Amino acid sequence: MPQKAGFWKMAAQTARLMVGIPDYETYLEHRRARHPGEPFMSWEEFFKERQDARYKGKGRFRCC
Amino acid sequence: MSSHASASLSIRQIMLWLVVALAGAGSLGVVALSRGEPISAAWLVIAALCVYLIAYRFYALFIARRVLRVDPSRPTPAWRHNDGLDYVPTNRYVLFGHHFAAIAGAGPLVGPVLAAQMGYLPGTLWILVGVVFAGAVQDMIILFFSTRRDGRSLGDMVRSEMGPVAGGIALIGVLLIMIILLAVLALVVVKALVGSPWGTFTVFATIPIALFMGVYSRFLRVGRIGEMSIIGIAMLLAALMYGKVVSEDPALAHYFTLSGEQLALCIIGYGFVASVLPVWLLLAPRDYLSTFLKIGTMGLLAIGILIVRPNLEMPAVTQFIDGSGPVWAGSLFPFLFITIACGAVSGFHSLIASGTTPKMIENEGQIRFIGYGAMLAESFVAIMAMIAATVLHPGVYFAMNSPAALIATDAVSAAQVISNWGFVVTPEHLTQLAKDVGENTLLSRTGGAPTLAVGMAQILAGFLGGQTMMGIWYHFAILFEALFILTTVDAGTRVARFMIQDSVGSVVPRFKNTESWVNNVIGSALAVSAWGYFLYQGVVDPMGGINTLWPLFGISNQMLAAIALILCTVILFKMKRERYAWVTLIPTTWLLVCTMTAGLQKLFHPDPKIGFLAQASRFETALAEGRILAPAKSVGQMNQIIFNNYVDAVMSGLFVLVVMSMVVFGVVAMWRALGSPKPTAIEIGGGPLPKPAE
Repeated sequence: MPQKAGFWKMAAQTARLMVGIPDYETYLEHRRARHPGEPFMSWEEFFKERQDARYKGKGRFRCC
Repeated sequence: MSSHASASLSIRQIMLWLVVALAGAGSLGVVALSRGEPISAAWLVIAALCVYLIAYRFYALFIARRVLRVDPSRPTPAWRHNDGLDYVPTNRYVLFGHHFAAIAGAGPLVGPVLAAQMGYLPGTLWILVGVVFAGAVQDMIILFFSTRRDGRSLGDMVRSEMGPVAGGIALIGVLLIMIILLAVLALVVVKALVGSPWGTFTVFATIPIALFMGVYSRFLRVGRIGEMSIIGIAMLLAALMYGKVVSEDPALAHYFTLSGEQLALCIIGYGFVASVLPVWLLLAPRDYLSTFLKIGTMGLLAIGILIVRPNLEMPAVTQFIDGSGPVWAGSLFPFLFITIACGAVSGFHSLIASGTTPKMIENEGQIRFIGYGAMLAESFVAIMAMIAATVLHPGVYFAMNSPAALIATDAVSAAQVISNWGFVVTPEHLTQLAKDVGENTLLSRTGGAPTLAVGMAQILAGFLGGQTMMGIWYHFAILFEALFILTTVDAGTRVARFMIQDSVGSVVPRFKNTESWVNNVIGSALAVSAWGYFLYQGVVDPMGGINTLWPLFGISNQMLAAIALILCTVILFKMKRERYAWVTLIPTTWLLVCTMTAGLQKLFHPDPKIGFLAQASRFETALAEGRILAPAKSVGQMNQIIFNNYVDAVMSGLFVLVVMSMVVFGVVAMWRALGSPKPTAIEIGGGPLPKPAE
């Protein structure tokens, strides 16, 4: 869980989430804890999946 | 509120808040009461920060605890649906950054610049009052309600709480707003780039840079966002430097000196292509560049204002509060409130606050920080824009923002006209400043972006680089604005396309498939031609376009805020929390009064500068008498202007109708809720966290 991350780590997480990419380590931890033994995405797959998800489907509103 | 809040205050805290209150009141006093002598921008900054602190500590806390009764122990959607992707419990500071980046856009930068024609005081007061009692309240409460409903969207919530018809009308309203928003933002870019080879070259260069970044991050070094963004920004800065060379070489400059019509067609074509291409190729990398540049530049501007502490040269209040101003037509009420738009309250935020943010909130106790807090930060961006516009010499401000029809196109006549308005300025001043920032002219550079850029250049050059850097900073500011406006145009066209496909698809089911190339091209073409029509019309508009389109945008945006606040009020009634409904009813009422008055004035006002129908009939009368009115040069153009004004009138009318019907649906829903003995709001979740599956 994203608790006592250092300042720079948190800044990097913020920058990534600003462009729609959530934390990969959190994703891995989630898969390990809730879906042990099941396949998970590599960072490259994760990045592509999130990039597509951000702009596809219902689309993402942007502000004026 | 006081009993609850003060119960937890120690003597020391009371003293502290007293100091904040006194500092705020003192600074506001200086801002409001000074006449004649220019005051330092620092007063405005202190006044704003104190207002934000007090509002956040007391009013927002009151709303969170008393009105909404947030429950930090209630599992949020992020926990209930935790999938590591869309639903992720996220650190509140990280999420604040995400939310702020999503709500911050061009609106709060442009609105205050345009509002500055009435002086710095009226706009500033509305930015502060509006954010505390309307904008931040809306953002926070919508975020809360969406969090209690699995992160559902505004449209979904209207449908489930107010009925399917209300939901449908709200969606049509959102689509209309998108169209006007995209048109007016694209127009801001067109106005900033007309006849500016330096700016045009730099902005065009962002396209190949983004394409390179797209390929880089998808194939060469997958997912290296930081690395790619640093390379991208370095390339952008190189393009910015080279732009100066382009502007100084007549042969090269020729290719990048475009007219408004040419630029409009470029942007329309670009919007279409960008919407059809795969997202990773152009849209995503542009989004990365513009997001980081936006956040970085806003931070830099804040630092600049604090270090330089420039004086506000604009009077506190100008004579144009009577509605006779050259920048936009209409009197202080209702048009100032329409013009400021996003920095005080923005309906668009209700779409963001019911988008990705509620799916990532760790606990309800953080909703105040993220919802209310991020909107306060957005409001501060608006205050910075107001400062940037008012540190300019007022003569320069009016020379840049008045249409050519009023001040002519040469510095001597412009200086004379503006000096006659009481803002004494010499032609040399105007030409020298244009030279300093590397532009051919600064006359009638309407749309807000160039004004903001000159103001920012003045502030940034004040502590980084001095006079010689003015040109670089000016074009950097133009680049920064154009970049994220064009990203909005890309993304917005795509969203509009999905919405069109969705609504047409309910009649022709095959059209719903968003993966189909044929649907993609048809949908994109429809979306682009909708906003492209208004953009082109704005470019050829007799009063300069911004004059017509910005109020229409403001009305639509404030109307969406009114819809969101009506929903909030309805839900409060349905929660049987109606004794606190004034929290949303007061801003709702104010927004309704403003948007309805403005909408009806845009329709029926007898002054052709304000009323669309009056403008149409002015041209019709002239046509019947066989006269050609400027700027039309032929009967065809006369007919075009008449037609455009009727279209604008229809848009205003539609906005008014959408709002009125939402009011009726809202009142009916509240009435029903009052009659019910128990709460009828439809929340999701609330029990303990479901056990992990298997």
